[in-house]
Amino acid sequence: MAGSREIRNKIKSVKNTQKITRAMEMVAASKMRKAQERMKKARPYGDKIRNVAAHMSRAHSEYRHPFLVKRDTVKRIGIIVVTSDKGLCGGLNTNVLRMALAKMKAWEAEKEQIEVCCIGNKGLGFMNRFGANIVSHVVGLGDAPNLEKLIGAVKVVLDGYTQDRFDQVFIFYTRFINTMKQEPMMEQLLPLSDAQLHNGDEENHSNQNNIWDYIYEPDAKTVIDEIMTRYVEAIIYQALTENLASEQSARMVAMKAASDNAGSVIDELTLIYNKTRQAAITKELSEIVGGAAAV
Amino acid sequence: MAMTIHVDVVSAEQAIFSGIAEVVIVPAQMGEVGIYPRHAPLITKMKPGSVRIKIPDQSEEELIYVSGGMLEVQPGIVTILADTAVRGADLDEIKATEAKNRAEDAMKDRSSAIDYARAEAELAESVAQIATIQKMRNRAH
Repeated sequence: MAGSREIRNKIKSVKNTQKITRAMEMVAASKMRKAQERMKKARPYGDKIRNVAAHMSRAHSEYRHPFLVKRDTVKRIGIIVVTSDKGLCGGLNTNVLRMALAKMKAWEAEKEQIEVCCIGNKGLGFMNRFGANIVSHVVGLGDAPNLEKLIGAVKVVLDGYTQDRFDQVFIFYTRFINTMKQEPMMEQLLPLSDAQLHNGDEENHSNQNNIWDYIYEPDAKTVIDEIMTRYVEAIIYQALTENLASEQSARMVAMKAASDNAGSVIDELTLIYNKTRQAAITKELSEIVGGAAAV
Repeated sequence: MAMTIHVDVVSAEQAIFSGIAEVVIVPAQMGEVGIYPRHAPLITKMKPGSVRIKIPDQSEEELIYVSGGMLEVQPGIVTILADTAVRGADLDEIKATEAKNRAEDAMKDRSSAIDYARAEAELAESVAQIATIQKMRNRAH
């Protein structure tokens, strides 16, 4: 018979765990709202810059930015993996890393070289253990990511592309669908596909005939370079905000499940505790009765 | 009624301003430019400074501080893509090198040339910030 004291201690410790998970659930819920807000706020910039880039790519024909040019042979691949900094958020990081790993293995089988840029602690640790070739990383972005921290790590990858170190760049992140559902995503970042660039600007499509070009100041190349860099950064930033919203909602769901589990464990333990207590009382009573009969 | 243009000011982190204006004055790279309705399509880089937007039926101009970015002008629409970070080719280069070095776990001593570039960009930004603050202060009196 398990001692009632041990069971009582166990109940107490499960209760404490439940308090923690419940607190984390509430923190994640409030952070999730903010993260979703941030995700929405980042959208106008992405839309605008895509329109500008799309228009420019169609209107200006003398100079094609390297980001838009498809390479014939793909030998080396750069990937950007966006994960969270902290754990305890369900299968979020596992899912996206598993997807990245499967792709990496497939590419390796085709004798392609892979270099990795990690955004977020979890991905960095994983890629380190896996022995991937990490060219740059950013960790500790916090709840309010700012572009400034990203620029350096991203530039390493973008430069790699312009300097022909990579022929393709992919980004892995978790897309936020709703609070209960997040999906790991793989997107081709470079070269930018025309379809990706032109999706969503229907109003420009209709009047393709009267295309006008901008006045570029100081000159077309500088301006196009700047716009393209910012466009790619905007995509990455958006991936990051989506990932952050996904992280918080995944954590909220995971912590809610943990709190519920703790509740049912407590129920079970309480039942066992009461049974042992009852058994102890019955035994004591029968001993007293037995003793009295002997006298 | 005077002619107006639609103005959008957005940064990567949020939408800052969206509305109708009579004129927009923007610190472009080659000097300050005033955009009136039906301006020719133009695209250019911006310097750190303040964007002034004259809104119809409002005596005060809207003042927005930007630390650089891109300006796009279409006949009826002006889009200002503001940067949230202090940018510059040299600075971006530094950030990239820093990121690389971190990845290699070997932080090298930064050369004084890099420090100079950073200081210069920060100075340009603080000067622009101070100018914006002063403009706002003058108006308050």
